[in-house]
Parts: sequence; C-alpha cells; structure tokens
Amino acid sequence: MQKKEVVAMLLAGGQGSRLGILTKKLAKPAVPFGGKYRIIDFTLSNCANSGIDTVGVLTQYQPLTLNTYIGIGKPWDLDRHSGGVMVLPPYVKEQGGEWYKGTANAVYQNLDFVSGYDPDYVLILSGDHIYKMDYSKMIDFHKKKGASITIAVIPVPWEETHRFGVMKTDETGRIVEFQEKSKQAKSNLASMGVYVFNWQDLKRYLEADEADPNSSNDFGKNVIPAMLGAREPMYAFPFKGYWKDVGTIESLWEANMDLLAADPELKLNDSTWKIFAVNHSLPPQFVGPTADVQSSLLSDGSLVMGKVHHSVIFTGATVAPGAEVIDSILMPGVRVEANAKIHKAIIGENTVVGSGTHIGAPPKAGEAPELSNEAGITVIEDHITVPAGVRIVQGTVLSVAAWPEFPEERIS
Amino acid sequence: MRNLMGIINLAEPSEGLGELTQHRTLGAVPFGGRYRLIDFTLSNMVNAGIRNVGILLMDRFGPLLDHIKDGKEWDLDRQRDGMFLLPPPPRESGDGVGNVKNLAHNRSYLEKSRQDYVLFTGSNMVGNIDYAKALGFHQEKRADVTVIYNQTRNLDHNPPYTAVVTNEDGRVLDIALNPQHCTSQKIALNMYILSKDLLINLVDHGAARQKRDLFTELIMPRLPNLKIYGYEHEGYVGAVNSLKSYYQHSMELLQPDVWQELFFNHGQIRTKVKHEAPVRYLEGSKVSNSLIASGCIIAGTVENSILFRGVQVGPGVVIKDSIVMQKAQLGAEVSLKNAILDKDVTISAGKSLTGDPRYPLVISKLARV
Repeated sequence: MQKKEVVAMLLAGGQGSRLGILTKKLAKPAVPFGGKYRIIDFTLSNCANSGIDTVGVLTQYQPLTLNTYIGIGKPWDLDRHSGGVMVLPPYVKEQGGEWYKGTANAVYQNLDFVSGYDPDYVLILSGDHIYKMDYSKMIDFHKKKGASITIAVIPVPWEETHRFGVMKTDETGRIVEFQEKSKQAKSNLASMGVYVFNWQDLKRYLEADEADPNSSNDFGKNVIPAMLGAREPMYAFPFKGYWKDVGTIESLWEANMDLLAADPELKLNDSTWKIFAVNHSLPPQFVGPTADVQSSLLSDGSLVMGKVHHSVIFTGATVAPGAEVIDSILMPGVRVEANAKIHKAIIGENTVVGSGTHIGAPPKAGEAPELSNEAGITVIEDHITVPAGVRIVQGTVLSVAAWPEFPEERIS
Repeated sequence: MRNLMGIINLAEPSEGLGELTQHRTLGAVPFGGRYRLIDFTLSNMVNAGIRNVGILLMDRFGPLLDHIKDGKEWDLDRQRDGMFLLPPPPRESGDGVGNVKNLAHNRSYLEKSRQDYVLFTGSNMVGNIDYAKALGFHQEKRADVTVIYNQTRNLDHNPPYTAVVTNEDGRVLDIALNPQHCTSQKIALNMYILSKDLLINLVDHGAARQKRDLFTELIMPRLPNLKIYGYEHEGYVGAVNSLKSYYQHSMELLQPDVWQELFFNHGQIRTKVKHEAPVRYLEGSKVSNSLIASGCIIAGTVENSILFRGVQVGPGVVIKDSIVMQKAQLGAEVSLKNAILDKDVTISAGKSLTGDPRYPLVISKLARV
C-alpha cells in the first residue's frame, strides 16, 4: 500500500445516550444537523478541506445509517484509489473478538489498518462536534514543536470546565498538567478530542494501555495521563472559532439556533471551507404565497405555506397553511399539517404533526412543567404520526413506546 | 436492463433564446433554480432503466460538458454502457451539419450498442416522462416509429412545433411542421422510439443523399410506408424553444401541483451537486410564491420569482416576477420586475430593471449594469 504521511481515525461508535430518542436507531454522528447535514459531515469536510485523504471511521453502535451515509466517501473526496474512507466496525480475530472497549481500544483494534499506510502521524478525531478546523495547520504545529502528541484546545467558560479534560500549559504551549473532568480545574483550556500523534508513539502507548488490565482504554482517562507521566513532549494547539459538542438535546438545539444569528459565528456559506454532505436530488424549496419566513434556514425540497420563525427546516419538510413553527427544528421529511403549532421543539425525521395540534404548549395553571430537560425543549420521535388536535406540554419527550404512560392532561 | 438506448440530440435550433444560448447549447440553459434543461431528459431516461445514452454534440457545448462530466450524477459512469459523448464531424462549410451527418459520423457507436431500440430526443423538454411505458406501447403496437406527444395547453403554437393527427388506435395519419392552421391539439415532443436497425438504415440512406434532419427529411416523408404511432404523455410538459416559453415554463414551476408532479410524483430529477448551504432567511425578509435554491441569503423582498444558487438579496432589494441565476450580485435597493438575469450578473445599487411578462428583460452572463 502507498505510504501516507497522515492517517485520520474518526471515532464514530458512540451511542450518544444523552440525545435520547434521537439516537435510538442511529449513532450520534449520524444525527441530522443544520438543515441538510449530519453531525459527522463537519469532521469529514474538515478532512477534505485539510487535504487528508485517508480516514478510518470506527463504528460500533447502530452503524447502518452511518455506513449507508458514508458509502464510498464521494461527497468528501474520499473515493480514492489509494486511501479514501474505510468504515471499521469491530471484527473477529484469531483469538476471538470483542467490542470496542473504549476510544483507545477502538484504535488499538485497528492498528493493522494504520500500519498498512506506514504513516508518520495519526490524527484522532471524533464525529460528535460541530466546528470548522484546518487540521493541516495543527500537524504543522506538531512537527515544529517536535511533539509526540498535540492536543487541540479551546478556552471554555470556567463554570463548564468540569465537563471537559483541561490542559495546563507553560509559556511554550507544552502541556504540564492534564485534568479529566475535574471540579477544581487549574485551566480553562479544554481538549477538543482532536489529537495528532507520532505514529510510533501512538502504537507504543496503545500496546502498553492494552496490556494494563486496570485501564478503561480511553484516550482522555488513560493514554494521555500515561504519556504525561512519562514526560513525553506534549503540546496544546490553540483553536479559535466556533466549536460545539452536540451531545445533549439542549446543546443540539442551541447549536442549530446558533446558525440563525444575523451574523453566525459558524458560517455555512463560506465557499473557501464548504461543508459537504450527501445530496438528495431534491428541487429548490418552495415558499408559498401565504408563507412568512423569518430568521430561519430552509433546505432543498421543503415547502412552506405557513409561518416559520427562528427555525431550522430540513430537506423535504413541509409546513401547511396556517401552521406555525417557532424556535424549532424540523428534521428531514417532517410534515406539519394545517394550523398546527410547534414551539421550541425538535421533530424527528418523517414524523407527521396532525392539524391543529400544539407541540410545546405552555403548562396550564396548576399543571406541573415537564422536566425532561432544563431548557424545556419538546422532542418528538421520528417516523410517527401525532394525531390532529392534541396538546403536548413543553419539555415532553414523546415516543410511541411511551405514549400510553402519558397522563391525559399532557396530551389532550 | 431495458432493451432501449437513448440519444440526445443537441443540434437543435436555439436562436429563440437569444442571450441565454449565446455561449451555451440549449440543453445547458439553466432552469428551475438548480437544473439545466438536459437534466430532465437525462433523468427521465435513467429513471426508465436506460443505461446507454449517447449525446450528439454540435457546438457551444463547453458549459454542458462541465455540467454532465462523466455522467456520475445519473449513474452513467459505467464499465458496460454508460454515457457517450458523440462529437460532430469536421465542418466543411460554415453552417451546422444536421443530425443525420452527425449520426453517420458516429455510426460505429450505434452498431456497437447492444440495445435493439433507440429513443431519440432533443434536450429542451421539461417534464417527467415515463419512457418505459412508451417503449411498451411501441412494442405492443409493433410500430416502426413511435412519436411521443402531449396535448396540454402548455405548449403554445409558436414555431418550431410539430403537430400530429392520430386515429383511435394511435396510428399517426398526418404530421405537420408549424402549420398556419393547426387542427390537432397533439404536439409532438421531439422524441421518438425506433429500432436501431431502422435508425441505421435511415442514417445510411440520408447521409448518402445529403439529408440533414432525421425526422423531417427521413421519417416524415415515409409516413405512408412506415407504421408510425403516437404515444401520449399525459402529464405536465414544457417545451423551451423561445425566451417567452422559457419564462412561461419557469413561472409554471411556481404552481405547487406542477412542482410536485415534476419533482416528487415520479422519478427524481438529478443534477450536478454544488454543496451549497441551506437558504438563510434574515429578519425582515419577505418571500412569497417563490422557488429558492440553496446557498441564497435573503433579507429583502422576493415575490413570484425563481432564485438560483447562491443569490444574495440584501435589505431593500425587491425582486418580482423574475428569474435570477447563480451568484448574481445585487446592490442595495435594486428592483427587478419581469427580468431574467443570467449567471454572475452584477447590478449596481439603486438600479431598477423592468421587462414585460411577454418580453422579459434579459441580462446576459457576467454583465455589469
């Protein structure tokens, strides 16, 4: 096989359990985002725009949608004779096989894939984040510093540091201390889960990590602390720009709403750094004579006859006359029938909202609020029909399986 | 695999479209916000199971080749069959050579093709036509030639058009080119099915006798000798052969039932992918009854119009009854009515451009106004 300077390993096996019903049938990286994309498009497009042409995608949880979506990688220029995209699920080896035990173990189980390209550097990525980043600049930084590992970092608000792995660095950018999800953070530089490793160092540490029966085989918890303990030259690469972990209902909703700002920090229209996605051959969107569309994103094949304010409307979704969609996300193929109201909600793919139904209705006097999430976002499962004329209280997470458990007054 | 191959003839008269075809062949004229005219014919063919498509090139085909590339978007990048670009013979004189000579020049392609039937079409029909059904009709009638026609009000009787008269069995009794007094509502769509052997015979005969046009010079005169049938396509169809019909059929896309029928009820219409972002509607945007392609950013007013990809409509800009092609730059307070802006046009601030519904104002590609 032809030698490659850089091989990227993209971790896409996570369940994303905090996204609840949105990840019941698909892995988190396959969750639709931003009107026409899936979350993984951002990382794959970053690879394409950074000139990285060899990407292993590590899958495990509900991989069908993701595998179908990635295909031979054509939209991201990853359909190559040499390299390209390779989906890497766990497989059975001579001495039996096992699931990926952790992020480090997932890469460990695919060391043969990486070896085949005899790379100098391995770029570890995750398919859970929304950001635009030039990895080639980070690799240049890594070379210049003579590092064994470079970790991309971004400043986060101090009150959120406990959710991240944070890095304390010296004046040269060298990492002197690393804290994984600590309550007493000494730095607010959070790891973005983007690492550049020297291939030989990565191999050595993954083999050592695998040999340690007490390790949970995780990059953040085990491999990075071990390297720091061994005084390896480790550097933090400061990233400037929009970066968001969309691991929860709130953050997914917020990240979509961020795109609706008058001057959004993450620009999707930038022709020098396009976000590529699988295209569905749909016609231009139709905005009807009775439509009122403000501060929103609409995608190909959508049809709007009603009111859409501050919302993200995915491909092929329709909003009938008299209907109202505010502060909401309509996933691909959602059909909103006449006079339905949708407020601050995420409606799953191909779900039908019956006429006159109110989703995200404020609780009536004396009615306790639904507390499935702090932000009060209502979530409706994909591929279901919400009957006409019902009222669904804000903050409800509605799935067909849970339907009989809902008290009468919540869905009335 | 269907026993049918397609040939798309780009050597069609295109003068009626003025500036829109100055630098491009008719099939490459942008249409419907993100398409080019040829997308409809190509997609219809592929949707009918046709896997071998020859494209007879004539001139000004640069933009077309850039659009269709290797046929990947239509799954025509194949080991066996696929898409074949058929160049014209070297020119002996200044004017066009006609499709008979062009076919004769590419005779070996016809001979080598494995299919027994050929669907011969132009590239300017907007529709979602089921060619598989048309082939079934052709075989059932044991016809020599099956002409596909339509009888809707959409097709105006402006030349060039071909009227056919059929009996109740569908047999064609008369064919007339641009008749002054048209007695038939059945307008041929410049697409017909015949056997490959018959096509090769006609081409050989015609090429040796300096004939130019396959249909008018070789098929029409044989009406008494050949079994020519008419197959009716019952759905929507628009023939784009003049600026007026271009504008008219574009505006018909703003009828939701036409939009639905063309793009959703039958096979998909495929086109080249551009990877543009979803459309951004800013605070204060007023959009109604319009077709908007991806990549647009809208702050102003858009009514009864079609915006192609990547058009920016600033606050104060007003676009009515117009077609604005890819990447137009519109300055502040620009106002358009009954206008067609070709690709990459720049209109400076404050300008107001107005055409007439029957004679839309056309601004040619790359123009600065």
